[in-house]
Amino acid sequence: MPLLEVRHLSKTFSRRKGLFGATSVVRAVDDVSFSIERGETFGLVGESGSGKTTTGRCILRLVEPTGGEVIVDGRDVLKLSRGDLRRARRDMQVVFQDPYSSLNPRMRVSDIVEEPLIIHKLGSRSERRERVRQLFALVGLNPDHLERYPHEFSGGQRQRIGLARALALNPSLIIADEPVSALDVSVQAQVVNLLMELQERLKLTYLFIAHDLRLVEHICSRVAVMYLGKIVEMGETAKLFASPQHPYTRALLSAIPVPDPDAPRQRLVLDPASFDRAAPLREVAAGHFAAV
Amino acid sequence: MPEGTGSASTLLSVEHLTTVFDLPAGPAPAVIDVSFHVDAGETLCLVGESGSGKSVTALSILRLVQRPGRIAGGRIVFRGRDLLTLDERGMQKVRGAQIALIFQEPMTALNPVFTIGNQIEETLMVHGIARGRAARDRAIELLDAVSIPEPQKRVRDYPHQLSGGLRQRALIALALACSPALVIADEPTTALDVTIQAQLLDLLRDLQKRLGLALLLITHDLGVVAEMADRVAVMYAGRIVEEAPVRDLFRDPRHPYTRGLLGSIPGGTRGSKLQAIHGTVPPIGQLPPGCGFAPRCPHRFEPCDIAPPGVTIIAAPRASRHATRCYLYSPAIASGVLPEETRRTPGTRG
Repeated sequence: MPLLEVRHLSKTFSRRKGLFGATSVVRAVDDVSFSIERGETFGLVGESGSGKTTTGRCILRLVEPTGGEVIVDGRDVLKLSRGDLRRARRDMQVVFQDPYSSLNPRMRVSDIVEEPLIIHKLGSRSERRERVRQLFALVGLNPDHLERYPHEFSGGQRQRIGLARALALNPSLIIADEPVSALDVSVQAQVVNLLMELQERLKLTYLFIAHDLRLVEHICSRVAVMYLGKIVEMGETAKLFASPQHPYTRALLSAIPVPDPDAPRQRLVLDPASFDRAAPLREVAAGHFAAV
Repeated sequence: MPEGTGSASTLLSVEHLTTVFDLPAGPAPAVIDVSFHVDAGETLCLVGESGSGKSVTALSILRLVQRPGRIAGGRIVFRGRDLLTLDERGMQKVRGAQIALIFQEPMTALNPVFTIGNQIEETLMVHGIARGRAARDRAIELLDAVSIPEPQKRVRDYPHQLSGGLRQRALIALALACSPALVIADEPTTALDVTIQAQLLDLLRDLQKRLGLALLLITHDLGVVAEMADRVAVMYAGRIVEEAPVRDLFRDPRHPYTRGLLGSIPGGTRGSKLQAIHGTVPPIGQLPPGCGFAPRCPHRFEPCDIAPPGVTIIAAPRASRHATRCYLYSPAIASGVLPEETRRTPGTRG
């Protein structure tokens, strides 16, 4: 049984044009379905406005979806009461993109990491403090720096603090929304290595939301490509990157700058008229789906 | 790193530029002894991460560094004239007209209360190129040149009415208004999606060919470098640590920082460990006394902590010059002072 199963997830926002204008509906997430096996890293890629971040937020109910089901460990998260949802969230945590705005600047980092344990009333004070020390060591931070404030840490270290906080409750699913894209190139690799290491040690499952296709290719076993709210292609990363079927995936892959001055460059420009946006996903090869 | 050789094709020659920020704690150098040249029609990529000094270098060339920053030394020779000797009026004739700057954030670089057309026309008028009807026609022509659809209509749009990609195109049109010889583009595509980035890079390359522009492209993305550059200068902690033609830099990188950057690009077997550079970029004003990269360098040895390394030339011819600032290649040290182990390592990893 997959750890996470998303079925027909939708989120629409309505917007009125002007005071007396007609309401228009934006389908930010449009009938999205996928599932993630335990221990897997599943990539959700797309450009800005594709709905990848909203999908992640809907799964956590940080944004209330308009329809569909989100089944974590056999239970539909969307049907849970407030209290049950809080308990369910212990099992799924999020790591945000911007380590500069996601940590409270007025809290010591030890308190930031301890906070989820307090909210969920876990352990005595000394047990919690001990757990915080362990978490700090786990993400490669110096436990001597526990009493510092976020601004005293670099971007990469802050992302480690965010990760320690996310891991405090022993979650099985981590939703990582662009976790390294705000970091310097030379620091990104450190955090990516840490994410892979932690996955192995703690048997974590990742939903990895990103726009960096090279990175996704490196760490994800399967990937779904989103375009204007829909998944247009999904499958094993290696196969999907080797033989993309959807015109959008092809255009996206051909747009990545290759770090090799002699690489052949053949840019494919997406012609939105060249495909049917309403086409459903169909299996084009074993485990490889495309909306063509 | 080359000395000002005043070759016929040299458009811009930056010589020993040093820019310092006077902070309460004391003067902090952001750009230290930086030298490079840009020839007419070529693309030089300046690569580095945040805090490397690449943007301050760009601002220094146009003398746009704001207090507490100041240019503390060096020469910036453009078409044979040292820009640092010009008065403010003389400098204004250079900015925009001969050297144009494209910023990363098109929304902050464009004025939100004027139409795209107004802003281009203003530039044309200030530099005495065209006014009135002629300026409007030229604005439409420029928007067309950067492939903005329906330029007659778009010329009346305000910046917020354009998408991010179109806004960046409008900014390029504005930069090209006075037919500059050199365009400095500071991370021009970083805020954009990859498909839009690809279109803009194609556009820049195309314009460069058609107009014979020289391009100083500042970026942190080695993919962009590989696509665009003729030559590359890698900056770290205020200094240029390596300079080479683009192929040599990717095929035969010398400086440990350049190697680290190239190694940290995701690739190889899925799930394999990436070659990370450990540690972080030193903050401005807290540079180590020796090589700026020493605290993070896997090849660090005694001389690295004493004084910054000088320039070692690996290939001398001007067009294919390859040079680096690293003691591993310093002839005095490589010829015997160095322990065997360290001398062997530059070419190999792990």
